Amino acid sequence: MKSAVINFPGSNCNRDMAVALEKITGTKPDMVWHLDTDFAKVDFIALPGGFSFGDYLRCGAMSALSPVMKEVIKRAKDGVPTFGVCNGFQILTETGLLPGALMRNAGLKFVCKDVELIVENDDSLFTTDYKKGQSITIPVAHHDGNYFADDETLDRLEGEGRVAFRYASNINGSQRDIAGVLNAKGNVLGMMPHPERMIEPCLGGIDGVKMFTSVLNSLG
Amino acid sequence: MSDNIKITPDMITEHGLNLQEYDRIVGAMGREPNYTELGIYSVMWSEHCSYKSSRFHLKKLPTKAPWVICGPGENAGVIDIGDGQAAIFKMESHNHPSYIEPYQGAATGVGGILRDVFTMGARPIANLNALRFGEPSHPKTRHLLSGVVEGIGGYGNCVGVPTIGGETNFDASYNGNILVNAMTVGLADANNIFYCAAAGIGNSVVYVGSKTGRDGIHGATMASAEFTDDSEEKRPTVQVGDPFTEKLLIEACLELMATDVIVAIQDMGAAGLTSSAVEMASKGGVGFELDLDMVPQREANMQGWEMMLSESQERMLMVIQPGREHIAQTIFEKWDLDFAIIGHITDTGHLTLKQHGKIIGDMPINSLVDDAPEYERPYVSTPLRDTIEASDIAAPVDLEQTVLDMIGGPHLCSRRWIYEQYDYMVMGDTVQRPGGDAGVVRVHGTNKGLAMTTDVTPRYCFAGPIEGGRQAVAETWRNITAVGAKPLAITNCLNFGNPERPEIMGQFVDCLQGMSEACIALDYPIVSGNVSLYNETNGTGVHPTPAIGGVGIMADIDKMATIGFKKAGESIVLIGETIGHLGASLYQKQILGEDAGAPPPVDLLAERKNGDFVRGYIESGTVKTCHDLSDGGLIAALSDMIISGSMGATVDIEGACPLHGLLFGEDQARYLIAVDTATAEKIVTDAEAAGVEANIIGICGGDELNVNEGAIELSVAKLRDAHESWMPNFMAAAV
Repeated sequence: MKSAVINFPGSNCNRDMAVALEKITGTKPDMVWHLDTDFAKVDFIALPGGFSFGDYLRCGAMSALSPVMKEVIKRAKDGVPTFGVCNGFQILTETGLLPGALMRNAGLKFVCKDVELIVENDDSLFTTDYKKGQSITIPVAHHDGNYFADDETLDRLEGEGRVAFRYASNINGSQRDIAGVLNAKGNVLGMMPHPERMIEPCLGGIDGVKMFTSVLNSLG
Repeated sequence: MSDNIKITPDMITEHGLNLQEYDRIVGAMGREPNYTELGIYSVMWSEHCSYKSSRFHLKKLPTKAPWVICGPGENAGVIDIGDGQAAIFKMESHNHPSYIEPYQGAATGVGGILRDVFTMGARPIANLNALRFGEPSHPKTRHLLSGVVEGIGGYGNCVGVPTIGGETNFDASYNGNILVNAMTVGLADANNIFYCAAAGIGNSVVYVGSKTGRDGIHGATMASAEFTDDSEEKRPTVQVGDPFTEKLLIEACLELMATDVIVAIQDMGAAGLTSSAVEMASKGGVGFELDLDMVPQREANMQGWEMMLSESQERMLMVIQPGREHIAQTIFEKWDLDFAIIGHITDTGHLTLKQHGKIIGDMPINSLVDDAPEYERPYVSTPLRDTIEASDIAAPVDLEQTVLDMIGGPHLCSRRWIYEQYDYMVMGDTVQRPGGDAGVVRVHGTNKGLAMTTDVTPRYCFAGPIEGGRQAVAETWRNITAVGAKPLAITNCLNFGNPERPEIMGQFVDCLQGMSEACIALDYPIVSGNVSLYNETNGTGVHPTPAIGGVGIMADIDKMATIGFKKAGESIVLIGETIGHLGASLYQKQILGEDAGAPPPVDLLAERKNGDFVRGYIESGTVKTCHDLSDGGLIAALSDMIISGSMGATVDIEGACPLHGLLFGEDQARYLIAVDTATAEKIVTDAEAAGVEANIIGICGGDELNVNEGAIELSVAKLRDAHESWMPNFMAAAV
C-alpha cells in the first residue's frame, strides 16, 4: 500500500502520520509538498494534523485552496481513500469533501487528552477491523473540534451510516457527539482524534492501529 | 534625525543607564555617542544582556563534565547523549512581559527559547515551563494564569513541540511580579552543532525570518528595571509572537543546516539585531558593517535605532559562505520567509551601521561586550534560621480534612487544567506525560528516553538560600532518578529581586553557592542559564527563585517507572530517612499560615546514595512504581500514587516525632517505591548493606488510603475529587 502525506506550511503531525503509516503498512509514504500539483499515484492520501497556515483566517481555510488540493479533491472523488485527522479534517470540510464545519470547542480552550470513542460504523474501509459499538481510546489535541452541521445534514449522515465515531462523553460541544464522518462514497474520512498517536503501548495504547490495518486489509 | 539629538542626562536615565556608565561609554568610544549609539550601548550594557551584577558570581558555577559538549556562553547548553547524538537545552525568563501582557508575554517566551535551541542545529523535541503566580485570592492571579497558560499553549501547540512538564506555584511575593520561565530541549547530531562566532572577512551577513517592526523596543531595558505602578503603560514594549512563522523558521533553518553553507548563526532575541550582530562579531573577533536599508521592514520610515533595538520575533542572523547565498535564499523562499543580505564582515572590529547612504553609528565591538560594567555588588546573607522540631509545630485539628485541604489546595492539586491545554503528545514520542515526576520523550527512532523536569522550592530559598539552592538542584535530580533516568546536566533561570539591595544580592550569591555544591556532589553540571533580576514591584522582591531545569537519559524506556500504584498487594517501601522536618514546610505555610524555621537540610551524600540505589532497581527492571517525596511530604506522595493508579494503600508509619511530622515532614532524599513483597524484603536488606535507610511501610490495594489503622481513612474517590477539583473550580471563579 503506497500512501502520500500532504504537507502544508504549519503541518506538525505530518511526521507522526508518516511514522504510523510506515510502521503499520510497511511502506514509507511519499511526503508531498502543498505546491506539488502532480504527485505520484498512491493508494491512500493522508491530510495530517497541525496548524496549517497558522490556523489564520479559519482553520483549514487556506490549505483547502493550496495548489495540491485540486488534485487531492479529484482523486478523492475518483475513489482514492483519503483520510484527514484534526487539521486534516478541518481542511476536508473546507474543501467540501465532507459536510459540516469545525467550530471553536464549546469550552473555548485547547484540549489535549485521551478520549473514549464509540465505533459507529465498522463497514467503511477505515474501520473494518473495529467492531460497531466498540469503545476505543484515542487522544485529541485541538482548539476547534466542535463539529457542526444543520439537522438535515446530521440526519442524513446518521441515516446513511456516515458517522464513523462518536465521543463517549462530549468534550468539545460537537453536534450529536460526532468525532468523525465519512463522505457518501465512504472513501473519505475526517476525524478530530489522532489514531496515529495511539499505535504503541509506550505511547499510551494501540487502539489507533486498527485504523491503519483496516485500510491495508481493505486495499488488499 | 537621530544624529542631531543632543544626549541629555534625562535621556541617559531613560535608557536605564546611570551617569557613571555613560561616562564609561564616552571613554570607550573616545567621544559622545549619538542617539542610535546610546540606544545600542544601553541594551548591550543592560542587566539582561550584560549580566553586570551576576557575571562575577556565575563564573564560579560548575559547568564541566565529560559529557558536556558546550557549556554556558552559547545560545544553549549541549550534552552528549551517546550514539552520536546531543541534547541541547536552555531555560529563559519572560517575567516582565508576561505580567504586563500575559498571553503574548508567555507566548514569545516560548518562541524565544525555541529559537535558542534550534539556532544550534537541534530539532526542538520538548517544552517545559516553571510558573509562579501571586496568591489565588489576588485579583489578578486568575487573569494572569489564564493568559500565560493560553499563551504557552497557543505558541507551543502551533509549532508542534510537545509541552511535557512544568511546575506552578502560588505565593504572595509574586502578586506584583509573576515569573514565567520556559525551557526547550532539542535533539541534534553531535557532529552538526552550530555556533554563533562569525568568521571570514567579506562574508555576507544574512537576515531571515519575519520583518522588523517597532515592537519590543527597549524590552531588554524593561527587563532590567523594577516594576512600578505605571509599568503597565509599557505594553508596547511587549513583543507579539507568530508561532506559524516560527514553525516555518524551524523547518527552514533545519533544512539549511543539513547543507554546509552556514558559517555562524544566531537568533535575534532580547535587543534584537543589536545583540545578535554584536555577539556574532564579538565571538568571532571581527567587525560587522550593516546597511539598515536592506533590513526587511514591516513599517515605513523606521529610524535606525528603532531597527537596531526592535525585538520583533521570529528573526535570525546568519553568516553564509561566500557565493552560496542562493542556496539559503532558495530554502527560505520555499518557506515564504524573508531573506536579505544586510551586510558583511569587516576587519575593523567595529559595528558600523549605514542608513540612507550615511554612517549612523560606529562602535568598537569589544567595548559593547568587554567594556560593559561588571559589578561586585555588596551583599549580606539571609540570617540563618533555627531548626524547629516537629513537636514544636502545631498538629492539625482534623487530620483527614488537612490531608484533603493540602492535596486539594492550590499548592498540591492536580495541574490537569493547565497541561490539558498543551499538546503534550505531538511528535509521537511522549512516553511519560505530565503529572509524574519527570516528562520522558523517546529519542526518535531509538528505545532511549530523555527525562526532563523543572523545579525549585522558593519557600526554602527564602528561608535559607544556600539550602534552598542545594534543594532545587537535588530535587530535579531526584525527579529524573524517580523515572529511572540518569541525570546529566541542568539549565537554570535565576529569578531574583533588585541586586542593588544587599539582602537580595545575598540571596543570589547564597543560592548559587548551594546550587554549585549540589551540582558538584551529584555530577550534574550547569550547561546554560539565564538571570532575571529586578523582579520587584514598588520595592518588594519576589522570593528567590532559581528555577532548575534538569535533563537525564535512560537506556531503555520499557524499564521506565511511573508514580501510579499498579498491582494490589505490592509492598510500599520508603527509601531515605524520615526525621519529620516541618520548618518552612508547605504544611506550615498552608495550614498554619506561618513561615518559620530553617528549611530541611539537604544531605548531598545521602541524596546521591539513595538516588543511585533507587535508580539501580528501576534500571534493572525490578521497580516500576516510584515517586520522589517533596512538598507536602509522605502523605502528598502517597496520595499522588493512589490517585494516579486508582488504587488505595494501607500504611503504618511510626517514628520518633509526632504523626504530623511523619506525614507532612519534608525531609529530603526520599522516594516511595512499590514492589512485590519478596523483592521489597530483599531491597530492605540490600539497603542496609548499602547504608541506605529503607522501610516497608505498607501495601497498596483496595479503594482507600488507610494510615495507622484508621488515623486517616479516605476513599480513592474522595482523594481524587479533592485533588482534581480545585483548579477547575478556581479558574471558573467557583472558589
